[in-house]
Amino acid sequence: MFKKRILALFLAGALLAAVLSACGDKKTQGTPGSDETGSSGETVNGGELVVGISQDLGDSLDPYQMTAAGTREVLFNVYEGLVKPDKDGNFIPAVAESFVKSDDGLSYTFTLRANVKFHNGAVVTANDVVKSFETCAATTVDTALAAALSTVTKVEAVDDQNVRLTLSEPNGDLLSYVASVYITPAGYANNATAPVGTGPFKFVSRAVQENVILEKNTEYWGEGAYLDKLTYKIYEDTTALMNALGAGSVDMAAHLTIDQVNTLNTADYKTVEGTMNLVQALYLNHKVAPFDNEKVRQALCYAINVDEILALTAEGHGTKVGTSIYPAFGKYFDPSLVGSYPYDVEKAKKLLTEAGYPNGFEMTITVPNNYTPHVNTAEVIVEQLAKVGIKATLNQVEWGTWLSETYQGRKFQSTVIGFDAVSLTAGALLNRWVSTDDKNMINYNDAKYDELMKQAANAIDDQKRIDLYKQAAKRLTETAANVYIQDLADFVVMKKNLDGYVFYPLYVMDMAKVHYVK
Amino acid sequence: MKYIAKKLFTLIITLFIVSLLAFLAFQIIPGNAAVLRLGTNGTPQQVEQLKEEMGLNRPIAIQYGDWLGSFLSGDMGVSYTYNMPVEDMIAQKLPSTVALVLLGCLLMVVLSIPIGIFTARHAGGVVDRVMTVLNQVLMSIPPVFVGILFSFVFGITLRVFIPGDFVSWDENITQFLVFMFFPALSIALSRVAMTVKLLRSSLLDEMDKNYIRTAFSRGHSRDTALRQHALRNSLVPVVVFMAVSAAEMVAAGIIIEQVFAIPGIGRLLIASIGTYDFPVVQAIVLILATWVVVVNFLADILSQYIDPRVRLG
Repeated sequence: MFKKRILALFLAGALLAAVLSACGDKKTQGTPGSDETGSSGETVNGGELVVGISQDLGDSLDPYQMTAAGTREVLFNVYEGLVKPDKDGNFIPAVAESFVKSDDGLSYTFTLRANVKFHNGAVVTANDVVKSFETCAATTVDTALAAALSTVTKVEAVDDQNVRLTLSEPNGDLLSYVASVYITPAGYANNATAPVGTGPFKFVSRAVQENVILEKNTEYWGEGAYLDKLTYKIYEDTTALMNALGAGSVDMAAHLTIDQVNTLNTADYKTVEGTMNLVQALYLNHKVAPFDNEKVRQALCYAINVDEILALTAEGHGTKVGTSIYPAFGKYFDPSLVGSYPYDVEKAKKLLTEAGYPNGFEMTITVPNNYTPHVNTAEVIVEQLAKVGIKATLNQVEWGTWLSETYQGRKFQSTVIGFDAVSLTAGALLNRWVSTDDKNMINYNDAKYDELMKQAANAIDDQKRIDLYKQAAKRLTETAANVYIQDLADFVVMKKNLDGYVFYPLYVMDMAKVHYVK
Repeated sequence: MKYIAKKLFTLIITLFIVSLLAFLAFQIIPGNAAVLRLGTNGTPQQVEQLKEEMGLNRPIAIQYGDWLGSFLSGDMGVSYTYNMPVEDMIAQKLPSTVALVLLGCLLMVVLSIPIGIFTARHAGGVVDRVMTVLNQVLMSIPPVFVGILFSFVFGITLRVFIPGDFVSWDENITQFLVFMFFPALSIALSRVAMTVKLLRSSLLDEMDKNYIRTAFSRGHSRDTALRQHALRNSLVPVVVFMAVSAAEMVAAGIIIEQVFAIPGIGRLLIASIGTYDFPVVQAIVLILATWVVVVNFLADILSQYIDPRVRLG
């Protein structure tokens, strides 16, 4: 009761603020890739940097066993594949210098860069690459990657410098999977605790719940890092991290919310804004009434005011998505889907009446309690749904419970969560809604969608494949598969004398480009 | 000797029961390590496969038996979450916890004994009366609350240390000690109050005894009698109490490590419960239980040593 009143007050205040501050529409943010910080001053080579992170890397450091986004983010600086993604989502040569694709798309020959060295000093050979592919295919916990690698029938070393992949069927996304196969020394078994890769930074040490320390790889094949030493300091929670930032013992931190940024002294830090690269939505279980009814789902879409959610939870920061693709995905993202369900209470009520629920219904929104942005969004949704007569209640659960009961067990009515992409493929975001997919937690079952996804996967022509994926994404919007909300704003703060931070369309932090300025 | 054997037997039984309870608790709570590791990109098949690899699909009696077997042979296993040998993780975390508890014990000794003697010497005086009230208050505040209070006052307001920004001892020993002082004081404070009260009443008891009257008649002043005769005898219950406190402080330390974000075994324990990291939880629970039982045991021996009238059997 009390909580409700506070929320009402909060709503009123925020609305007032929104009205006062902006008459026009909130500007749409550019793609995160373009959010590079403008250089100012002379680039300094060297220096040490402490990055504060508010979540422990509760994970293995093995390139094929790590599962947490936070771990991938750190080790992106240590491991590399034959190719690697750049900030625009293209794949650029890394351990491989170039590659040749056969006309039928069934064979790729990668030529290794000469004298690329592992962090242990050994030179990367074709044999290391072959062994890495074999180990990855056999042990990876990433199902999409495992599936993609299962179509690679042969990985062979043509000679010392060339590796050929033979595929059983063409795969337009092959490069993004190749980028995920990190190259490590053949026969090296200690990656879980002491990773060895070819990246711009090498691993020094790790203390559970305390820190991960990396240092510059002075023998890097490319431009390499500016910084000499990089310490990821782990904090208990964001409160502790904010205290440390306030006291100046941390040079940089990412994934902050606008509220947190506002507590910092702007004289010490500068802020760069990007996106979290995930699709936050009110995900609906299609196997449970009344969400099996398309009209009900559409009514929910009309009843939820995304702009208000952004205004109340993040001062208007965040990017609307409209479907299961986030804007950083560039070529797959269709901005026209964003406005498909404008806020319209009357229309929502009409649709509910047509669906047989003139007086609304009761529903539960399950939210993992460790993700404040999702909880905040859900709280606003509860209030908004009340206006169309739907009585929603919030059920906050532990993350472990959410994963086993809600996600794996699919025992829920609706939930607010964000899904991210493990690779730069449309499939990473869209495959899970195919009716037979094991990760289809909402039990979405649409024959047309399944068909489009199948066609897209088999399309060899790039443009055709992109079109098909776009159509599939549109289908999700049309059928109101979920109530799509946003890609959360991601704030990176760093000391004034730092520069060079670049946002990627993936959950990574490229520390090689960060440098001090004079 | 018979006594020691008996205590040793109790220790083993206690540890067995503790480990069994911790194991069973894990079977009751929903979720498991496999689900948690795979997150939102895991499929049911993968979860099953990982459970199989981790051995979570075996009958629970066998799981427990296997774990017990390897534990007894000195292998604590590998963390589900970190893929790291549990011994290594605990070796990393133990120094902070040991430092916290040692510092707590040190504070307890250096604060409570002088204050206890002082209040006994000046029993009934203003300081004594103020201390009695203060003692009551301090005794009833739980360490967690003291910790939060310290964080707020000395951390956020006075900026003596940065809350949550732990400095490792090998990084900067002075900053480490400054940071550790407040959590150590948090766990020690209520124990200091209790010890002061105990020492004071124990001293006053002794001062009423016949041998002190004899000392007075031999021309000793009250102070000398207290220091040379009464103190030694009244320390017996105090030393035993302090030993028990050392065990209690470890328990309080688990919570205080959370409050101050000290990366010790307490925080590792709590995080590992959250991630269903069974091998880590079991190892830490057993270490803590062993510590408590052993310290209590030593306290018994100690009290017998100081005062041979205390018969153990």
